[in-house]
Amino acid sequence: MTRREIASVMAMLVGLGLVAFLPRLESGGYLMSLALPIAMYTVLATSWALFSGPTHYISLATGAFYGVGAYVVASGISFIPYPALVALAAIAGAVLAALVGVATLRLSGVYFVIFTLGLAELIRQLVTWVQNNMTGSRGLYVLTDITEPIIFWELLVLAAAAYLVGWLVARSRLGFALRIIGNDEAVAAHCGINSAGCKVILFVISGIFAAVVGAVMAPRFTYIEPGIAFSAQLSFQVVIMALLGGVHRLWGPLVGVVPFTLLWELISAHFPTQTVLLLGVAFLLIVYFIPQGIVGRVEQFARRLATARGPRHG
Amino acid sequence: MAEKNLLEVQSVSKRFGGLMALDRLSFAVRENEVLGLIGPNGSGKTTMINLISGALHPTAGDIFLGERLISDRPARYIARIGVARTFQLVRLLPSLTALENVLAGAVFGHKRLWGREARKYAARQLDRVGLGHAVNLPTSALTYIDEKRVELARALASDPRVLLLDEWLAGLNPTELRTGIDLIKSLRAEGRTIILVEHVMDAIRSLCDRCVVMNSGVKIAEGSPGAVLSDKEVIRAYLGDDHA
Repeated sequence: MTRREIASVMAMLVGLGLVAFLPRLESGGYLMSLALPIAMYTVLATSWALFSGPTHYISLATGAFYGVGAYVVASGISFIPYPALVALAAIAGAVLAALVGVATLRLSGVYFVIFTLGLAELIRQLVTWVQNNMTGSRGLYVLTDITEPIIFWELLVLAAAAYLVGWLVARSRLGFALRIIGNDEAVAAHCGINSAGCKVILFVISGIFAAVVGAVMAPRFTYIEPGIAFSAQLSFQVVIMALLGGVHRLWGPLVGVVPFTLLWELISAHFPTQTVLLLGVAFLLIVYFIPQGIVGRVEQFARRLATARGPRHG
Repeated sequence: MAEKNLLEVQSVSKRFGGLMALDRLSFAVRENEVLGLIGPNGSGKTTMINLISGALHPTAGDIFLGERLISDRPARYIARIGVARTFQLVRLLPSLTALENVLAGAVFGHKRLWGREARKYAARQLDRVGLGHAVNLPTSALTYIDEKRVELARALASDPRVLLLDEWLAGLNPTELRTGIDLIKSLRAEGRTIILVEHVMDAIRSLCDRCVVMNSGVKIAEGSPGAVLSDKEVIRAYLGDDHA
């Protein structure tokens, strides 16, 4: 490891360690109601960017994986131990991502986007149909003794795992292959790279994370129904946050998640009926004005400062 | 010196809808040979290169690398077993540095290196094409000939058994052209097997052991550069009936 990498790891561990004390600070729960979504979206947006950052494939399937994870927990909670359900959710997410990946990643970008958007809706309708026709109830209860602080800590562990996986991928052949694929797929093929295979692996990784997040969040809902679990809005929010932060750095999405979650809190408190409209406006503004994300903008600014100070070598 | 055939193209045809781009074309490349693939614009040279590299697949006919049938395999497989190419319009990886571009060839191609060894090897390939000073430059800082050199270094970095150069010398000014020809000459001296699509006649004469001349998708002549360039059929194909 280089000195810089060690510094990053230390910074991450110290940051996570400090944040982990958050639940101890208060008793009211308002802080937790902000910190929990931030932790959740950090995991979702970071793992989303692992796949979509280098490949430039916009996946709107986060909601589908998340919902599958939540439903695995909801349907098994009364007779299977919770940790086993989280593992099952991970497997379900991996299988679903592999199936979708093999079926669609050979297609060019735009077909992939539409397919992933349809996927969450398709699964939602399927689950609804099964529940209406076979179980006779619309939703499922998730009754556990898992408290919000525990969920929060679980999400922190997942965030650390997402960063670890991202770092390992970036320094592997797989990571290098993905950068080449993102640049020029024809060149990648002529260099001997199996593009479809690389993309499927990354898609599976991000699918696992989203499904596990769904499984971790399920106890917080208490009552789950398809409309809540398979939310297209969640998929879009993850994309917006990741793009806002910047997807070309591992920690980029975090920079988008924090302000956007706080902003979202404000919007849902003051304009509860216009949330979807404002989500769309935010999407347009971000893509139009800061396509490289906040991190990209800051780096651009830093480079300009460096050149203004005098041309250095490199 | 009877060298064995390294790459064999057997009666290959390629049809694009109603257009017969290649019609039962056959030729072979021997080991350590530089074969020129020449012909007027639209005669199917680049199509032929695309078929060999696996970017396209033939409508009929077979292509062999050694004993292996490659014509129904994907480009990534063909690259791994030892065919590397450059593109008619240079294709670099814009967000990567010059070294990383070359590294792409060393890591995933025929050679398959990784880590420090791969970086050292890639740097040597850049040095080999005369770009040792440009290792850490972004591709946007490269001149046109340097872009072409990086692309060549990327192809060389996989240590290919056959190197396909699609008009690698096109668009160079006279000074650069001389540098370019010398560079390919040095590759030839190393014993590289090369298929060269080229319009520059000086290059063809000084570089090629043998030439295959194409016109409208068929082979109209084959032989030493001197012989084919004075062939009546070839002159007619390039310049029209009046000059034949």
